[in-house]
Amino acid sequence: MLRYAWIIAFIPALSFFLILFFGKRMPKGGSEIGIAALGASFVLSVVAAVQWIDKVESTEGGEGGHALGALGQAFHVAGEAGHTVVEPVLASVSWFTLGGVDIRAGTMIDGLSVMMLFVVSLVSLLVHIYSTSYMEGDRRYTYFFAALSLFSASMLTLVIAGSTLLLLVGWELVGLCSFMLIGHWWEEGANSDAALKAFFTTRTGDIGLIIGIVILFFGAGGTFDIPTINEMAVNGEMSQTVLTTASVALLIGIIGKSGQFPLHTWLPDAMAGPTPVSALIHAATMVVAGVFLGARLYPVFFEGFHIADGGLNAMAVIGGITVIIGAALAFVQNDIKKVLAYSTISQIGYMVMALGVGAWLAAVFHLFTHAFFKADLFLGSGSVSHAVHTFDMRKMGGLRKVMPHTFWTFIISSLALAGFFPLAGFWSKDEIINTAGKADYDFFLVVGLVGAFMTAAYMTRCVWLTFFGEYRGAEHPHESPKAILVPLWILAIGAVFAGFLNATAFDIHKFTEWVEPTSAFPEVIVPEFSVPLAVFSFMVAAAGVAVAGAYYVYGMGPRGLTERNASARAGYTFLENKYYLDHLYTDLVVGSIKGPIARGTYWFNQNVIDGVVNAAGTGTRRVGRFTYDVIDQKIVDGSVNEIAAATDETGGLLRYLQSGRVQRYALILFASVGVLSLALVFAN
Amino acid sequence: MVAQTVAFGIIATAMVGAAIGVVRSNSVVRAALYLIVVLAGAAAQFILLAAEFVGWVQVLIYIGAVAVLFLFGIMLTRAPMEGEPQDNDQRWPAFVVSVFVLGVLVALLVDAFGAQEIDLVAPTTTAEIGDSIFRNFVVPFEVVSMLLLGALVGAIALARRD
Amino acid sequence: MELNLFLMLAAFLFCTGIYGVLARRNGVLVLMSVELMLVAVNINLVAFAAFTGAIAGQVFALFVITIAAAEVGVGLALVLLVYRNLRSPDLDNLDSLKG
Repeated sequence: MLRYAWIIAFIPALSFFLILFFGKRMPKGGSEIGIAALGASFVLSVVAAVQWIDKVESTEGGEGGHALGALGQAFHVAGEAGHTVVEPVLASVSWFTLGGVDIRAGTMIDGLSVMMLFVVSLVSLLVHIYSTSYMEGDRRYTYFFAALSLFSASMLTLVIAGSTLLLLVGWELVGLCSFMLIGHWWEEGANSDAALKAFFTTRTGDIGLIIGIVILFFGAGGTFDIPTINEMAVNGEMSQTVLTTASVALLIGIIGKSGQFPLHTWLPDAMAGPTPVSALIHAATMVVAGVFLGARLYPVFFEGFHIADGGLNAMAVIGGITVIIGAALAFVQNDIKKVLAYSTISQIGYMVMALGVGAWLAAVFHLFTHAFFKADLFLGSGSVSHAVHTFDMRKMGGLRKVMPHTFWTFIISSLALAGFFPLAGFWSKDEIINTAGKADYDFFLVVGLVGAFMTAAYMTRCVWLTFFGEYRGAEHPHESPKAILVPLWILAIGAVFAGFLNATAFDIHKFTEWVEPTSAFPEVIVPEFSVPLAVFSFMVAAAGVAVAGAYYVYGMGPRGLTERNASARAGYTFLENKYYLDHLYTDLVVGSIKGPIARGTYWFNQNVIDGVVNAAGTGTRRVGRFTYDVIDQKIVDGSVNEIAAATDETGGLLRYLQSGRVQRYALILFASVGVLSLALVFAN
Repeated sequence: MVAQTVAFGIIATAMVGAAIGVVRSNSVVRAALYLIVVLAGAAAQFILLAAEFVGWVQVLIYIGAVAVLFLFGIMLTRAPMEGEPQDNDQRWPAFVVSVFVLGVLVALLVDAFGAQEIDLVAPTTTAEIGDSIFRNFVVPFEVVSMLLLGALVGAIALARRD
Repeated sequence: MELNLFLMLAAFLFCTGIYGVLARRNGVLVLMSVELMLVAVNINLVAFAAFTGAIAGQVFALFVITIAAAEVGVGLALVLLVYRNLRSPDLDNLDSLKG
């Protein structure tokens, strides 16, 4: 299976076309094709994962060859891993030849891609099932499933890509699908605006990605091959300048795609899409593509940003800023999906920060666990809105009694997100914070803890407003159907247990063994589990819940601060306006380009071009007038009249030239071309 | 050789006549039919020049698709079938300019290529063309595909009623 | 066969096209004239491909045909838009470039 991983991506691609052409005629409008295809992809992904684990275990010399046995030994103490080398499985075909360079398209399967295959196909399958109920009766039901299939195919292509070029193809395709799905209800102007904003903002980042890929292509001596590039970066065969510029360019791609500061503004707007789309694309898979890219080409970043030296680098700083600003913005949102969107921004900030401080494994592990609980939270918010027909938390409240399943899954995932022991988020977040501390990135250790505190606090607010208190809406909420609840529970179970794959406290390092690359990979620090730090980060999260609980539930602390205190109000307004970044982009950047250039062009047209024409006309007329007044009276009548008539004709001719009719201009064009070519012939 | 020249002469005459028909006819539908004659003539000339594949593509795309598209355009814009002249007021300047350009071109061609001959070898096979496209012209090929996509989206966006 | 025969034919078609583009009122007719010019270019390309024996000319003729198809598509959409806004396909009515 590992050599034929392309089949996993090919099945949903096939399903896309099948749904497009036959979906409308199917009894269930095409959704069954999509579910069947993703089911097949998921099974194959599991097969691939088992085979990969088998390969790793057998290479390590233990009693390998028993993949299922390996799962059973999850609590077994892992030996000295990391010294044996497990090469990624490569397979490729010649794509095309260009200027003597053979461009190959191929797959690269290692722990990272196997993990991504598993996550993407699982979440996608669950979202498909969920959507059959959530999107029921939608006017573009079939189209929706076709786009979901296309998205799954592109995302799966992205994660198995063995060359940066194929990765780029997948990267752009997921962007396109994201655009299509955000704008699914394009009849409302706001939705299509949001889709365009998401598309253009991520495209801005993609320019960086393309530049980075081209730099690496030439830096690596003309190859797009990812293993080769990584190997050359590790062995110091590429110059430092190349690596640094490539890292910066690729980082811009990551910033755009993964909603990092300062290009994060598209992600909250992208919530205009249907909720299953938000869960799949804007929480679990597409937005983490940037993190995946960082993990995939990690040697490039590692060398390019001197991560081993423990100095400040752009990647960690961007991630750190995003952690804090995303969490701060999540406090002031009233739309439950926007809270989750800012939370996603903040959590991906954790991953990028982790990559920046050398915590490769922690970043990827957090990606893995985050996919479960954040997708679950989004699907849960969709289930809530299914019942109360709004996303506004001010119109919810008290839903825990009427929607017990949704409530419990939401609580579990919120706790996992907040980092409560022993749920998934605890293990991955702790690993990030721990590694940051061990790798001399103390500053980011603090950022991580502050972020954890804020995460716990805003999730408490969100859960409180949604599920507790009295119901404030006018609808009659009810529990959602099974097609919605089953995916919720599956993801909730994942949110509980996914973290145990690398529960370092119990000396379980399965995730490290299976996923961390052993070939062409820089030496990264893998710290020991630190009990005091873990306890402390857990306390921080608990404190976040307690403080937010005290404030929102029991009304303690300064109430009405924003009404009384001017600076507090200013802060709130500042947050509510999302740091004015949107204004900055539209007014300053777009405005400064649009306004002055348009005005300048207009001014040039009005004053210079028209001016020249008019001046030529009036000038010649004045000459005529002058000659008439001065010379005519004194010298000869007849000749002057001639001149006046001639100038009048000149003016008329100039008027004729500026008729505004394209064909007139074309006539002049062709006549001039004829005259000029004749002139050239005679000149030679 | 003579047969070919004769064939060329017949086809060329038809094309010249039809081309004048395209720009002189007052009926838009008739102009479109004249255009089809010119396009078919061009396809025949390609085959005469041993460019078989290009010839058939010309037939398929131009006569098959483009001409039909024109007929659609005529239908949708309810162009007049007969009657009023379709020329604008710069007919004579346009005539002068085009004859002038023709004169320049003919003079240049006679000067540059005199009486050089084309010696036709075996017809180019489709395989050779495919080989050339996918070996030497991959990037233009991809660019053209993007262009077609852009044109498709653009045409829909322009013509859609909303 | 003489190369110039083909080139002359192409030149004539091209100039007919120029006349059509300059002197026709109806947008559809202008587009047809543009097609005449493109066909002329194609004849040139293929004639030179046969003359030099290089296959590139034929490949480029294929590209030109493709682009011509795209051009007609967009062009007709534009004419349709003009017709819809002005109730007439005449290009004389379009003179807002005058400024």
